Amino acid sequence: MSVLTRPSAPLDRSRIGRLQGKARYAPTLATVGLFVAMFAIGAAMYPGFLSGQVFLNLLIDNTFLIVLAVGMTFVILTGGIDLSVGSVVALSMMIAAALLQAGWNPFAVILLVLLTGATFGLAMGLVIQVFEIQPFIVTLAGLFLARGLCYVISVESITVTDPFFTSMAQARIPLVGKLFVSPGVVIALLVVAVAFYLLHQTRFGRTVYAIGGGESSAVLMGLAVPRTKVLVYGISGVCSAIAGILFSFYSLSGYSLAATGLELDAIAAVVVGGTLLTGGYGYVLGSLAGVLVLGIVQTFISYEGTLSSWWTRIVIGALLLAFILLQKLFTRKVRLT
Amino acid sequence: MSALLKHRLTWPVLALVLLLLLNQLFRADFLSVRVQDGHLYGSLIDILRNGAPTILIALGMTLVIASRGIDLSVGAVAAIAGAISCMYIYSSPDPTSLQTAATGVAIAVVAGLLLGAWNGFLVSVIGIQPIIATLVLMTAGRGLAQLVTDGQIISVSNDSYQAIGAGFFLGLPISILIAAAAFGAAGLLTRRTALGTLIEAVGINPVASRLAGLDARTITWTVYIFSGLCAAVAGLMISSNVTAADANNAGLYIEMDAILAVVIGGTSLAGGRYSLVGTLVGALIIQTLTTTVYTLGIPPEATLVFKALVVIAVCLLQSPRARTLFGRRRPPVPAQPRVEVAA
Repeated sequence: MSVLTRPSAPLDRSRIGRLQGKARYAPTLATVGLFVAMFAIGAAMYPGFLSGQVFLNLLIDNTFLIVLAVGMTFVILTGGIDLSVGSVVALSMMIAAALLQAGWNPFAVILLVLLTGATFGLAMGLVIQVFEIQPFIVTLAGLFLARGLCYVISVESITVTDPFFTSMAQARIPLVGKLFVSPGVVIALLVVAVAFYLLHQTRFGRTVYAIGGGESSAVLMGLAVPRTKVLVYGISGVCSAIAGILFSFYSLSGYSLAATGLELDAIAAVVVGGTLLTGGYGYVLGSLAGVLVLGIVQTFISYEGTLSSWWTRIVIGALLLAFILLQKLFTRKVRLT
Repeated sequence: MSALLKHRLTWPVLALVLLLLLNQLFRADFLSVRVQDGHLYGSLIDILRNGAPTILIALGMTLVIASRGIDLSVGAVAAIAGAISCMYIYSSPDPTSLQTAATGVAIAVVAGLLLGAWNGFLVSVIGIQPIIATLVLMTAGRGLAQLVTDGQIISVSNDSYQAIGAGFFLGLPISILIAAAAFGAAGLLTRRTALGTLIEAVGINPVASRLAGLDARTITWTVYIFSGLCAAVAGLMISSNVTAADANNAGLYIEMDAILAVVIGGTSLAGGRYSLVGTLVGALIIQTLTTTVYTLGIPPEATLVFKALVVIAVCLLQSPRARTLFGRRRPPVPAQPRVEVAA
């Protein structure tokens, strides 16, 4: 590196428009509005769509994506990105399945998986922070590494027969009426609640937003920037590990090709949820809404019957584009005024 | 000697040579190339042939990265190109003729150009960050490819089409000749004209280069179109090599390999400088690495771990922090002009 390379981050940020006042909520509110509208259209088109259980099933089928999107929100709020999450999910599933097969205690397994995820995330964060390498390339290497380790553990799919895991897979927590949720939903919503508290009520959370708003300003303000930047990747790693365990509850197996491309879904959910990819603006509840929108797209396609599964990917791509353009519009408007 | 040590390409080339020697140690006939049925055969030729799609995609990626961008969609574009050409050949009335194959290839190439133009439009006109702009096509692209093939793996039996990926011309694999031609053309166009310098200028500072009178928008647009073209041709090679279009797995993770090749070759991810020869060496290192894994008898599943460790090592060595540490141990090197006529 020499004189020719410029400090890119601060330069870029100064050109980004700032969302002021109520406009901060606009992208997230647009997502919630989109979700309500899609639900209303579904209710009008298909009998049986307008039921509490269809909504709850969105949560039940997407528990792991909710947790992943929460972790990704932290990373993207600081202006970073974590491409490794899908592979870390698969790695967590493989470790869990292999250890359970070896007869380990399920709670010890869960603890170990969480520790692995945290270590993996923190290690990537340290490399990003200490060696000043772009998050994108470091987490790309993380993606390779985690996926490769999956193959090293086993190429074959491993079935999980542990009584605790199977009971978690089958358990239903009854709500009012005939409605029910799975234990995974409770865990996922708990993660959302903890993330909400961390981001909005703690010094750590304010530092996360400050880094996204302008890293050099955050440093000048005396905030713990290096520590926070490492920690967000640690949080993303833990979230990936939790998501891996939830995915194990859901699928009762470990497979090295599982969760391919899940990182794209997680990023899409965060963007659709209104978080600015440049960092600094966004809400964890918005990411939850983003996951629900992606989930309802899938529900639509399964209700429609004639549409094939690949339409999901195309629609998610289109939604991603639409929301990026929307972000562009919002930030530009503010800059002009 | 010290100038040689400092040269950007010294370490990658050394790594490649060491990898090849390592293979030779374990398999005595590794470096030998023999003639059989009028074709060249041998592990080296295999490395070139299997590496051709990666070389081609890395070539397009180099110019994109030089303009301070990135193209994540190349794998998806490759899958779409393979799907389109195979689908055209499959559904045409005369699926074995040369003309059908040529038309299928032409349609796929045009599709690649259009997809590249789409990425370029998002980046240069709308002004979306390159990672995100190309992420859209990366997400939707495989869906589009499946849409084309209707979710099936489309097999074709057309000798002319198969020649692109598996055929030989003058004793050499056609795929490597295509890659070499693209490479030569790109080298001439960017290094014998001002284009390469202009791309680097845009990569260093788009605003400044625009103020200096450069049409930064058109240049950015051009590099993405070129990347789309390279990805489409690579997709044709991949699908022609197996005479089938697999929308899900064709070119899977090839964007990672290509970015890796570019980084190993010494092109800065921050844009502003690039080396086509470095990229070539990088792509060959990656392909040799894959081969080495097989030669050494390491389970092929471990290839990804291997690659990950290489990326991490290379990135650490290239990082500003490592360079300062490195610089401190040695007397300060006087600033030298970095204008090089590579490739």
